[in-house]
Amino acid sequence: VSKISGSKALIKSLQNEGANVLFGMPGGANLPIYDELYNSEIRHILVRHEQLAAHMADGFARVSRRPGVCLATSGPGATNLVTGIATAYMDSIPMVAITGQVATTSIGRDAFQECDIMGVASPVTKYAFQPLNPALIPDMVKKAFHIASTGRPGPVLIDIPKDIQTGEAEMEFSKNVNIRGYNPVVEPDPVQIEKAIELILNAERPMILAGGGVAIAGAFQELQALAEALMCPVATTFKGKGVFNETHPLALGPIGMHGHLEANRLILEADVLLAVGTRFSDRSTGKVSDFVPKTTVIHIDVDPSEINKNKKADLGIVGDVKASMRMMINSIVHRAQRGETQKWKKRFAEVKENCKNEWKIDMSKVSALSILKKLREVLPHDSLVTTEVGQCQMWASLHFDVIEPGTFYSSTGLGTMGFGFPAAVGAKVAAPNRPVLDIAGDGSFNMTEAALATSVLDNIPVIVVILNNTMLGMVAQWQRLFYQRRYNGVKLYGIPDFVKLAEAYRAQGLRVQSVDEFAKAVRLGLRSDVTTVIDIPISPEEDVFPFVVPGTALKDMVIA
Amino acid sequence: MSATQPASTTGRIPSRTSGEEVIESEDRKQTHRIVYAIVENQRGVLHRISGMFRAKGFNITSISIGGTSSPDLARMTIVPKGDEDSLQLLVKQLQKMIDVIEVGIMTHSESVARELALVKFETHDYKGRNAILDLSNSLGARAVDIARDSIVVEFTATPERIEFFIIEASKSGVVKEIVRTGLTALKRGLQ
Repeated sequence: VSKISGSKALIKSLQNEGANVLFGMPGGANLPIYDELYNSEIRHILVRHEQLAAHMADGFARVSRRPGVCLATSGPGATNLVTGIATAYMDSIPMVAITGQVATTSIGRDAFQECDIMGVASPVTKYAFQPLNPALIPDMVKKAFHIASTGRPGPVLIDIPKDIQTGEAEMEFSKNVNIRGYNPVVEPDPVQIEKAIELILNAERPMILAGGGVAIAGAFQELQALAEALMCPVATTFKGKGVFNETHPLALGPIGMHGHLEANRLILEADVLLAVGTRFSDRSTGKVSDFVPKTTVIHIDVDPSEINKNKKADLGIVGDVKASMRMMINSIVHRAQRGETQKWKKRFAEVKENCKNEWKIDMSKVSALSILKKLREVLPHDSLVTTEVGQCQMWASLHFDVIEPGTFYSSTGLGTMGFGFPAAVGAKVAAPNRPVLDIAGDGSFNMTEAALATSVLDNIPVIVVILNNTMLGMVAQWQRLFYQRRYNGVKLYGIPDFVKLAEAYRAQGLRVQSVDEFAKAVRLGLRSDVTTVIDIPISPEEDVFPFVVPGTALKDMVIA
Repeated sequence: MSATQPASTTGRIPSRTSGEEVIESEDRKQTHRIVYAIVENQRGVLHRISGMFRAKGFNITSISIGGTSSPDLARMTIVPKGDEDSLQLLVKQLQKMIDVIEVGIMTHSESVARELALVKFETHDYKGRNAILDLSNSLGARAVDIARDSIVVEFTATPERIEFFIIEASKSGVVKEIVRTGLTALKRGLQ
């Protein structure tokens, strides 16, 4: 057996895992890897800041449901990745982040561009590897992909010292992976599943609460089949937005701080709640002690540590949500009809109808609401939509209905402003034939606008819709509501000019003043082979409602 | 001679009216169970586990770690602070960790639990020194270093007995330094 270098082994291992795209930025401590990439078939996509590489890998992973790979150098390159890694960690996204590290002989000596990224990344990664011998690389890469993509997915870091990249060893590329301390449960306990079915079938007012776990498991069909078999309404968390066709008669949309009226109202009426793949985050539940206190809660999650963490479950089931829902469907099919639920059906149809009438959107005026409603009309159903964070994100949650399940992506856990645009670029790389659009605000887009360079130069055209209120809108809303309008640090004054900015990157920049102009601009963007940035000036002082004020319960929802 | 009783024996405060929620003392809420974990014996494991405790807000009374019969495994004994619910969450978080092979919970009655303490006393006369030596002998502790004006006693016992020893012995000499290993424990018998 001939010896090969650690870098060569890394590239070969990545290819063995089917990783054919890599988002990255070179630097002193990963030069040997870049030299190997020169000859490889892996597509390298250059970013202008490492955070963007991590978000792109994240977007790529959400769409392809395979680990996204990003690469940075040591020190600042590695720390720049951290926000993106933490974003993926909070949203349980499979990712393999590779960083260069100073040579083993320099570690611990405060060498140039040295950072203990193993220590920094530890709380925001599922696991982290640092090979101290090149021969370990194939096994570590194999394990990294396995850990990142199985059980509850998450980011894994591989930190490779420079001398390990250049060092040569006899390499063994095994197809098997065995980690004795890691055996995630996939198949749920059938006895527990039967108990769950018993509870739901005997319920008068059953409801499903679907979380992001449904998207991670790709269990969209199972969710719909289960809901239809039970004739049971489906609310989602915000992370779960769009795991269920939001125009389906059983759909209620997301619950939570800025949840849909019908979802927040009806969940309080349910007598049995089947929660699948959710961690009952504070943004979803409001004050958790007042969240469905009398409802029987069945909680299914692949991560055992989620059961009873935030919300006590009456029945906790550990297992993959896809496998669990399949098992439930199979069991229900063989059963006699369930009890009387006509009253409940009538009730939720009625609440849905009433809530619909509560929204009056003036389509003749430009507002976040009219723009998003128009966007839904113009955008093909198979388009992939990402969002930034803040008001634009919550408006998207409220007024942009996802029709094809699993086509909506947002930084819901960490709430990372600047996530949406690079994630859209990553999504487009994973699905080049689908339109990809980022619903943005001016504040968020400003944070990662440098991804324009990548989208233009690497021919990854996406559309960015900027709801430009010249403010850090959500913070401004809180200052209006909770700090007596004492605006501080929220005014952005319409700087930069996003049309000129787009043009500076050789992208297409369009500013629209009416809803019709907006529709035309989106159609232009859909036909364009270059990234299109649509800037829409909206009122600086529009609030997002409904609003469950922090510290209060869903029942205390403020409508306007 | 009996050791000091752990504070856990304080009973429930009876409720004044029936149906009223029973008020429980802090001590009753404190779990008295011990957690052990068999972990990969490799670089960074202690950091990961202690980091998880910090990140998730778990408090612990003690943690001890050492080798096992297998060179690639280490065993941790953790005495958690907090109630039974928090113990369950701690165990689940430990089980989730990739470096953790096995996690278990033990009660005091089903396990043998010991801690080692080294206590250095300053002694200026034979009377004080002899009193400490007598006490050590009667409890099963032993002096491991005797100098002109100090004595170091090694004591392996339950934490309660160690505390009792320190309180009693400090009547005869000034405690200068204490080092304790934290609790280690094994289940009794073969399961």
